[in-house]
Amino acid sequence: MVKVFIYPATSLILSDMVARFGHEPLGSAIGIRERIQTPGIESPPLQITPEEPKKGLKWAAVEVPSGVRGRMAVYGPLIEEAEAAIIIKDPDYAFGCMGCARTNELIQFHLRHKGIPLLDLDYPTSDEEGVGFVAAVKEFLTGLKTEGSA
Amino acid sequence: MTEKVRIAQLSCGPEYSGVQKEIYDAAAMVDAEVFFPDIALADVQQGFSEFGLDVRSPDLKLAIARAKALVEGRIDADAVFIATCFRCAEAAIVRNELRRYIHENSTLPVVSYSFTERTTSGTLLTRMEALTTIARRRALLAREEQEGITLGIDSGSSTTKAVIMKDNEIVGTGWLPTTEVLKSAEGVVDLALQEAGIRFEDIEAIGTTGYGRYLIGKKFNAQLIQEELTVNSKGAVYLADRQHGSATVIDIGGMDNKAITVQDGIPGTFTMGGICAGASGRFLEMTAKRLGVDITELGPLAMKGMGDTVPMNSYCIVFGTQSLVNALAEGSAREDVAAAACHSVAEQVFEQQLQEVDIKEPVIMVGGTSLIQGLVRAMGELLQTEIVVPPYSQYIGSVGSALLASGFIRGE
Repeated sequence: MVKVFIYPATSLILSDMVARFGHEPLGSAIGIRERIQTPGIESPPLQITPEEPKKGLKWAAVEVPSGVRGRMAVYGPLIEEAEAAIIIKDPDYAFGCMGCARTNELIQFHLRHKGIPLLDLDYPTSDEEGVGFVAAVKEFLTGLKTEGSA
Repeated sequence: MTEKVRIAQLSCGPEYSGVQKEIYDAAAMVDAEVFFPDIALADVQQGFSEFGLDVRSPDLKLAIARAKALVEGRIDADAVFIATCFRCAEAAIVRNELRRYIHENSTLPVVSYSFTERTTSGTLLTRMEALTTIARRRALLAREEQEGITLGIDSGSSTTKAVIMKDNEIVGTGWLPTTEVLKSAEGVVDLALQEAGIRFEDIEAIGTTGYGRYLIGKKFNAQLIQEELTVNSKGAVYLADRQHGSATVIDIGGMDNKAITVQDGIPGTFTMGGICAGASGRFLEMTAKRLGVDITELGPLAMKGMGDTVPMNSYCIVFGTQSLVNALAEGSAREDVAAAACHSVAEQVFEQQLQEVDIKEPVIMVGGTSLIQGLVRAMGELLQTEIVVPPYSQYIGSVGSALLASGFIRGE
């Protein structure tokens, strides 16, 4: 079993796929709802305090906006735990969405910089691409299983 | 029991910065309720596309879609609070454009703020109170004349002022440095009563404003306790005789600054703050002390000087002081240093705050610093407009309070 960081971290579909192939998904445990009634698209279910942006200093400098550092305090530890990652580019909001583009850039950078097995995919825009999308994820996760068993 | 004022929050990042609770707390203190406009996921994309500002962050797109829903009337609110992270360029652009969009296309009072994890409910309180005041007391704010005998007390951070008005005329004033809040307030009231030749028992209504407004409001059983943003702007347009049409009020205070746009006597958008005391009257007080003159002499001194011959930056009062010391050490004339200090303060206000409101002429400068001619001249040069400094300009908080308080004489 391998710990796989899913990006976007709010993707329940990706999370389910990772779990189905026997691995542990690392994500935010927040689903994107059809109607948004929270401050942001993926507002955290738990109360975050002003201490979080300080913890985020581990991943971003003090000049970086507090919202980025606060998000990194949540996602940073997951990145550190990650043994593999799947990154989906430009996904539809309903598939999964993270509200801050600057944080998103930083997360992807840290994942790529880690040197772990990483799958980069474009979000599918047709049925045919969708089939290929699922096949690519399956192939990647199956390969991880082999590595994990070693 | 009045209904809660419903404030729509458009934001990016407050929950991850740990300041959402502070926003809630500030709103609760002024009997307001913050809510997040309910919007469908599909409408986020549509709203953002129609607005035409191609930002990258989904939460900023959400804020744009929510702003459109508010302006188009699909969501009902009493006021709008826009909040994004300090130092995020993308968010700053969105915040400014949404503030302008909402102000120009609706009557909703709107304020924007850039937060850090250190933002507290205390910092937000006056802004929240101003939003709720505009939403709740629009009728009172439309009042144009003072009636009866009323008393206004402005308990500021540096000075405490009082004004007694009788039948639309100022008949008594009082001014003291703020020390103990209650003691200072009692002192200025006594001074105003003496000047007016009126007994306290003859006062029909009392209004308070400023930092100590709650404490002295309770002490004097004031009918009106209201924050300084709305009160000061009301006092300003009243004294400047500009209660019809648009105007901009600039109040450079002892500790912070305010810039408020007014339309027909009712405040529209406003900013409040200043990164450091360097952009406030405090720096000018320090300058006067260093130059060996009284603060009342700094203005005339500056008028004789050439500010552009001395580089000065009061972005931070420490840097400003360094510039001041360096200039004197290099042999700069006192007049030039005084002029440079005035220009520096004006420049900081211009750069830090006036970019957040859209300047509408006439520009009315008020507060104690409006008596410093050098500062008024510097501000006029930066804004390329004639600055109006009305009579009693240092008493606008007290005048605004006294004016509005008369609305309570007949149980308004």
